[in-house]
Amino acid sequence: MSEMMNGAEMVIRALQDQGVEHIFGYPGGAVLPIYDALFHQDKVQHILVRHEQGAVHAAEGYARSSGKVGVVLVTSGPGATNAVTGLADAMMDSIPIVCITGQVPTHLIGSDAFQECDTVGITRHCTKHNYLVKSIEDLPRILHEAFYVASNGRPGPVVVDLPKDIQFKTGIYARPVNNQHKTYRPTVKGDMDKIRAAIDLMASAKRPVFYTGGGVINSGPHAAALLRELVRLTGFPITSTLMGLGAYPASDPQFLGMLGMHGTYEANLAMHECDVMINIGARFDDRITGRLDAFSPYSKRIHVDIDPSSINKTVKVDIPIVGDCAHVLEDMVRLWRQSAPQVDKVALKEWHEKIDGWRARKCLAYRPSTETIKPQYAVQRLYELTKGRETYVTTEVGQHQMWAAQYFKFEDPNRWMTSGGLGTMGYGLPAAIGAQLANPKALVVDIAGEASILMNMQEMSTAVQYRLPVKIFILNNEYMGMVRQWQELLHGGRYSQSYSESLPDFVKLAEAYGGVGMRCDNPGDLDAAITEMINVDRPVIFDCIVDKTENCFPMIPSGKAHNEMLLNDYLGETGTDIGSVIDEKGKMLV
Amino acid sequence: MTQMSTHYPDATRIEPVNRHTLAIVVDNEPGVLARIAGLFSGRGYNIESLTVTETEHEAHISRITIVTTGTDSIIEQIKSQLERLVPVHRVVDLTLSGDAVERELCLVKVVGKGDHRVEAMRLASAFGARTMDATLTSFVYELTGTTEEVERFIKLMTAVGLVEVSRTGVAAMARGAEGM
Repeated sequence: MSEMMNGAEMVIRALQDQGVEHIFGYPGGAVLPIYDALFHQDKVQHILVRHEQGAVHAAEGYARSSGKVGVVLVTSGPGATNAVTGLADAMMDSIPIVCITGQVPTHLIGSDAFQECDTVGITRHCTKHNYLVKSIEDLPRILHEAFYVASNGRPGPVVVDLPKDIQFKTGIYARPVNNQHKTYRPTVKGDMDKIRAAIDLMASAKRPVFYTGGGVINSGPHAAALLRELVRLTGFPITSTLMGLGAYPASDPQFLGMLGMHGTYEANLAMHECDVMINIGARFDDRITGRLDAFSPYSKRIHVDIDPSSINKTVKVDIPIVGDCAHVLEDMVRLWRQSAPQVDKVALKEWHEKIDGWRARKCLAYRPSTETIKPQYAVQRLYELTKGRETYVTTEVGQHQMWAAQYFKFEDPNRWMTSGGLGTMGYGLPAAIGAQLANPKALVVDIAGEASILMNMQEMSTAVQYRLPVKIFILNNEYMGMVRQWQELLHGGRYSQSYSESLPDFVKLAEAYGGVGMRCDNPGDLDAAITEMINVDRPVIFDCIVDKTENCFPMIPSGKAHNEMLLNDYLGETGTDIGSVIDEKGKMLV
Repeated sequence: MTQMSTHYPDATRIEPVNRHTLAIVVDNEPGVLARIAGLFSGRGYNIESLTVTETEHEAHISRITIVTTGTDSIIEQIKSQLERLVPVHRVVDLTLSGDAVERELCLVKVVGKGDHRVEAMRLASAFGARTMDATLTSFVYELTGTTEEVERFIKLMTAVGLVEVSRTGVAAMARGAEGM
């Protein structure tokens, strides 16, 4: 099935052949032929964003909520450089993205032409792979290969930089028999001997804990189902990273909540005290480990990861298993069932009792108020009132993100989208747009902060244009809350540049965009207001005025270990001078 | 668990730093060298020397030899990071796989008259260097050898009028019958 067509038509055809239904983009001089080819068909729907960064985040939200590859189309020069933040974000969080960038004609490359930039040079470090297409003969292969590379192995963003003259050139389009890269073959099946060793170690554990991450989500819903099976079979407690929330149901008693810097007391202490740690698809990020030399000092560690470079990168492990989570979990479940090991029931019972003791500290408790809305309360109410619905949650970055992770209970994978690795403010709204597009009937809420939301506020226009009824739930404390919290803890309460001056009136702003604006500042009115927001079938900006001084706890201060965490002083667990807890070295860390 | 003074892993775990020679087989496609060099600079690894050229023209495959230094865990990490790059086929740590043949070529230019000139000729012949160019006041010598031999040669030549050095860096191959 080979046909003659020009390069621009090949791009659209390849997208169709890959089953792409939606792409996010912004036109410009160097991609006009592709936009022309787009005009002549209706299989691929183009979503016009308002900024290229928004295009990539939207594609990320689309990819993460649907399991498909997110596709972006932007022009050369500023189009490509604007997309860089999104690409770096997708790289850090392992999100499969194919980003097609226009480029000046080949004979002008290197001449500092108008809207020229060295796209492959700039994006080399923030993509999994990138291509500059120099001949029309290579184009069909590269386009299909890009999808293979983006979605196989550890997923990531792939850039295809396409000069304008190649878009006009005519060539033969044929879909490759397989989409594979000629040499790139990531290992998906884990080594059976190591998996057997892992099962033996798990069987002998007295204080085990599962520590799971975004890899389980990336591996697909099947991986999450297998994880649930394995966790229930073993009866071991489980904690999850920020990226992995939803892989295991948060309401299950075996689930300890999120771990790490703002993780729960029980999860972090379980990590610290455990004798066997089973890491599935997580990467020992510094937000998780805290101080490395004091990280989980008594444990033997199993690490399942599809990326060999994640293994032994910062934390030494005893049983490394390179492979895809779903494949390895399948083997683990089978082996565990076959061997039906005699676990140490007494020790496990003691372990669970110990964990229940930590749980009883109620680390997520906060001082309630009838005067002001506590941000934690706002997220809790949002969760309670959306329970039972098909709800997708995205976030921006900061305190509100952590509160969302702590108080919103995710029961299913792919429902939670947040910028974990790069920590990109402005991620949530475009990601919500992508998620809403992939799940038109679902409720999609961007839990936001008033500072973050302004970073990609322009995408409200996109939401209105495509009638995507995303709900922007702003926890408005008039501060860049996490910056303010760190300034309070580390810099003597000198709130340098962290107050959100001259905020817009978010209600009027929503209306100006053609959406619905709402405001609530009274805890008594909150439930009714949230219910109203849910029932509006249009994009909503909900300006939730919350307590301005609330801090995000629990917290492992920089440079401290899991067993040195700070709890909310509501329970009288810590003194008042938190700043003195962090030493000089800790202050240098982020 | 009593020494809780630092967050940094390298302060508490002191491992010896060793030199390793890595052979990397890659697709010879545009940007592949930038990808590899960029990985080293971006992640803070050292490159002591790097040689590259296409070794299989029809398959467009190049072999890159990199000499780097690091602790065992860093070398392991470098290897994993390299293997993660899409155009990289294989990475072999020749230092780990046994005593490899490691050679580099250098060209040196010495300028001088009289005793210096005579001494330069003597030294060159003692090292087995070849004379590639000669004028009444200068020589260009070519020496192939291990990095240590080349270093020694250059050091001695400095005393007899060395004005310019060009080195290729190490090319390496494992000993024995087995191919990579």
